[in-house]
Amino acid sequence: MRRVSDPVVEVSALTKRFGATLAVDGIDFAVGRGVTAALLGGNGAGKTTTLSMLLGLLLPTAGRVRVLGEDMLRHRYRVLPRMNFSSPYVDLPHRLTVRQNLTVYGRLYGVADLDARIETLARDLQIGDFLAMQTGKLSAGQKTRVALAKALLNAPALLLLDEPTASLDPDTADWVRGYLERYREESGATILLASHNMGEVERLCSEVMMMRRGRIVDRGSPRALIERYGRDTLEQVFLEIARAGGPAREAAQ
Amino acid sequence: MSAAGFSPARIGAMLLRYLYLLRSSWPRALELLYWPAIQMVLWGFTSQFLMTNSSYVARAGGVMLAAVMLWDVMFRGQLGVSISFLEELWSRNLGHLFVTPLRPYEWMIALVTMSLIRIVIGVLPAMLLAIPLYHYSIFTLGLPLIAFFVLLLAMGWGLGLLIGALLFRQGLGAESLAWLAVFLLAPASAVYYPLSVLPLWLQYVAYVLPSAHVFEGMRAVMFEHVFRLDHFIAAVVLDLVYLGVGGVVFLYAFRGARRRGALLQTGE
Repeated sequence: MRRVSDPVVEVSALTKRFGATLAVDGIDFAVGRGVTAALLGGNGAGKTTTLSMLLGLLLPTAGRVRVLGEDMLRHRYRVLPRMNFSSPYVDLPHRLTVRQNLTVYGRLYGVADLDARIETLARDLQIGDFLAMQTGKLSAGQKTRVALAKALLNAPALLLLDEPTASLDPDTADWVRGYLERYREESGATILLASHNMGEVERLCSEVMMMRRGRIVDRGSPRALIERYGRDTLEQVFLEIARAGGPAREAAQ
Repeated sequence: MSAAGFSPARIGAMLLRYLYLLRSSWPRALELLYWPAIQMVLWGFTSQFLMTNSSYVARAGGVMLAAVMLWDVMFRGQLGVSISFLEELWSRNLGHLFVTPLRPYEWMIALVTMSLIRIVIGVLPAMLLAIPLYHYSIFTLGLPLIAFFVLLLAMGWGLGLLIGALLFRQGLGAESLAWLAVFLLAPASAVYYPLSVLPLWLQYVAYVLPSAHVFEGMRAVMFEHVFRLDHFIAAVVLDLVYLGVGGVVFLYAFRGARRRGALLQTGE
């Protein structure tokens, strides 16, 4: 594993097996403070499974996960208040209003001066107009911004995002990416995202880990990967690796 | 931000979530009141009829009504835990909840507290309604009523936690059990008749149900005007076992769900 100074996420020999299926196969990686990194791979590559293990939602079969200096298997509750998560595939409860959802989650995170925090996020993420609406009645773009507000309630030092702009129109997706860039710059937070969107990864991430069949088959900055594979875009690199014909650098493990 | 091992604030946050839900839907609030009230009305008339046609009921007017209302305490106690649990499955919210510092045992406490709130909203009005309608007040049972109420509620909670564990394992495929499971215990609980009516083998089953001891104790108070300490102690001990086993199995099932990845996926 390449050494990373001041790592916020450290994963070693992480493995997850579901019966006969090896979903994540002994991966190693580290993500440094203030970095935006991506797990990239096709469907079933193991990205979401890896994120779930980082969050403590899923117990690994083997291996180690350290987040913000703590062992996630033994001391996850020391870390959870300082991290958060958003995914378009895990909606917030539909029947609660946006403000009610943010209030419940703010209290779960023990956010001080919660009303002021909600107002600040509502202003920053432009969700003030629908704070009183039921979350289930929002458009996809509005839901994404609300989910982001929930993920930022506790001003996390580590933000895990599963396909943060999936199903968004280009304008809203661009706005979300801009917001994430600003958040990282201003807070110094670390962002780890799983994505299929190559343009998004090229724009946001300085580190990419390419996954295939549960393994990290290559890694590097978007530019380094493009040069290494002699391609023009990260999408072309992705396709080469996803189609399993490419010279994936498994030595990167 | 709090990462304390036990946080009343996080329990309060979960209670707030369930109260928001209840407030957002009048049919849900109505459902709390509807069934206990209908049960009470139905059995009120049945009792009035039996008072003049059954020497058993005539010996203690209200025995059927008291049994119905107390049975509803247990049923609603279990259902209150299960419904709040199901709310999280229906909204696929477990993946959000358990990346917060919320502990599973804090959630358990929120579930049982919400169950108590639902009972107070649902069963108490039915108990009060019986007074003007049938001139029967369950409160005439006096202090034993508190014991019966607590013992049945605790059994309902224990069962609710066991059903929660099953839902962790089976997802919404086991949803109907949340509504029906408790009725499996009704015959052996001897709600409306003495334990002696049951065949001997079923009496042995009944002895391991706190509810059977409570209803036998209730009849002793109403017919003989004595508080049966033996039934009370048996029910307390059994309730502790039910709650303990329910809690342990619930936490074990939660860990199993983390092993299988079910917290992100549990739904249908």
